[in-house]
Amino acid sequence: MAIIPLERKPLSLAERTYLPAILSGLKTTFKRLLKPAETLEYPEQRPAIPPGYRGVPTLVRDPNGREKCVSCQLCEFVCPPKAIRITPGEIPADAPTAQVEKAPKAFDIDMLRCIYCGLCQEVCPEEAIFLQNQYSMSGYTRAEMVNHKDRLYELGGTLPDQHFKWDKKKAAAEHGNAH
Amino acid sequence: MFNLWFNLNPILQGVLKGLAVIAVIFPFAGACSLAERKVSAWMQGRPGPNRAIVPWFAYVPVLGKFLQRLGVFHLIADGAKFLFKEEPLPGHVNKLYFILAPALAMMPAFTTVTVVPFGAYLDGAGRTLPLMLANVDVGLLAVFAVSSLGVYSLILAGWASNSKYPFLGGVRASAQLISYELSMTLSVVPVFLWINAPGTPGTMSLAKVVAFQSLPGFWGGAWFVFLMPLSAAIFLVSLFAETNRQPFDMPESEADLVGGFHTEYGAFKWSLFFVAEYSHMIVGSGVFTLLFLGGWNPLPWLSLADFFGWLRHLTGAAFTLHPLFVGVVSIAFFLGKIVVLLFIFMWVRWTVPRFRYDQVMKLGWQKLLPLAIANLIFYALAIAFIER
Repeated sequence: MAIIPLERKPLSLAERTYLPAILSGLKTTFKRLLKPAETLEYPEQRPAIPPGYRGVPTLVRDPNGREKCVSCQLCEFVCPPKAIRITPGEIPADAPTAQVEKAPKAFDIDMLRCIYCGLCQEVCPEEAIFLQNQYSMSGYTRAEMVNHKDRLYELGGTLPDQHFKWDKKKAAAEHGNAH
Repeated sequence: MFNLWFNLNPILQGVLKGLAVIAVIFPFAGACSLAERKVSAWMQGRPGPNRAIVPWFAYVPVLGKFLQRLGVFHLIADGAKFLFKEEPLPGHVNKLYFILAPALAMMPAFTTVTVVPFGAYLDGAGRTLPLMLANVDVGLLAVFAVSSLGVYSLILAGWASNSKYPFLGGVRASAQLISYELSMTLSVVPVFLWINAPGTPGTMSLAKVVAFQSLPGFWGGAWFVFLMPLSAAIFLVSLFAETNRQPFDMPESEADLVGGFHTEYGAFKWSLFFVAEYSHMIVGSGVFTLLFLGGWNPLPWLSLADFFGWLRHLTGAAFTLHPLFVGVVSIAFFLGKIVVLLFIFMWVRWTVPRFRYDQVMKLGWQKLLPLAIANLIFYALAIAFIER
């Protein structure tokens, strides 16, 4: 590529005093002074969270209110910082959702360890764990920063998916698993 | 009331005047720091400090919310914080000078206020008499002489801190002050050449400068900023340098010297430096107003006496010529101009980027000083020609 030497134009007297540049700068800053503030006043004003935001991991229920987690412990296994700790438990045989067989007895996510990578959400075969739009976690002790099962369901709520995988499985079993 | 005041012992009068200076300038400087925070915030697109509020004041319907949003109570919060927080005294400093430096910073800052006239009143004969604490005839010389002493506190702070950044800050402070003192003094000489007509007793009084800007006629009523724009420009630039404001904040240089001369300071000692800097700004703005912006005259070509003559004529009320009323209104005009100048200080701070140390020196010695000398020669010749 050819090198094109550019001749630098000598500055005019006005430019050498810098005064026109300073005055135009003053104009810019004064205009900025009159505009409204760009910032949000955080605790009162919250930013709009875009869909797909990966905030605090939460557990969700299906539209029937059944907890979706079946404590397969895949998320516990995949979690890079080992923030998830699951204690599996049996579902009693007389429960209406006895066909699911298992549910977590305890489900703890240590938010001091969590790195918000979202691998637990990706790996979950039951679509039971989601990183949702909560972005602000605080507490006075380390223990407060561990989200237990009830807190995880409180944060997660219900997702309106219509899979009803386990209901269909139960219905299929009642019809002799015919294909 | 006036008689009671004038019958007081002169020493008691002096003490009361001194207390008045502290009682006015200290909160004023504090308010400046708050204004600085607010103006900075607005220029950066932020709301600025707006949370602090005195508990019971939150119940005042509109005013409480307004003052809270304006951040007025942060002034009290800041002051209380500086008063009550722990005073760090590093182990490696020279304790006497380290503690002496902030006190020394306050002294010149407060002393200069006494010789600056800040208002005027009309006596029975219609003469305009200046309001000032100490009516000394050396006027501006006293301001220059005493305010230059302020740099000793910076050098002392830099040296007593016994660490490299404050030391460099102190060295820079002295170099910068000496460089700009010259052009500052030279830039005001034309003003005094003009007001000291041959054959009259010479004066350096700032009140006389204002009197000259209150004369009738086109040339008499013009403020000196119109007659001597270059002088005013040089004075203003030097004022920025003398008060260590951006873009000339060499002594502090928070970008390269951590905090400059006050790196080792904290709590109330630090805030004393802060108040001293703002007091210098206030006094500097006041001197600029007196020299170039017509002092307490409301508008160019409209002197205070004319203004109140018209007011008396229009309203017909006798109180408009009462010395107290005139005094308060003239102080308001004067303070208004100072506030505008203080805003310009803050405005320039967020517009012009900081100079490098060598640029500061180059501007001072190679640009402003020759310009000030040329300006002086030009006006000396012009005044000699006019008054021939």
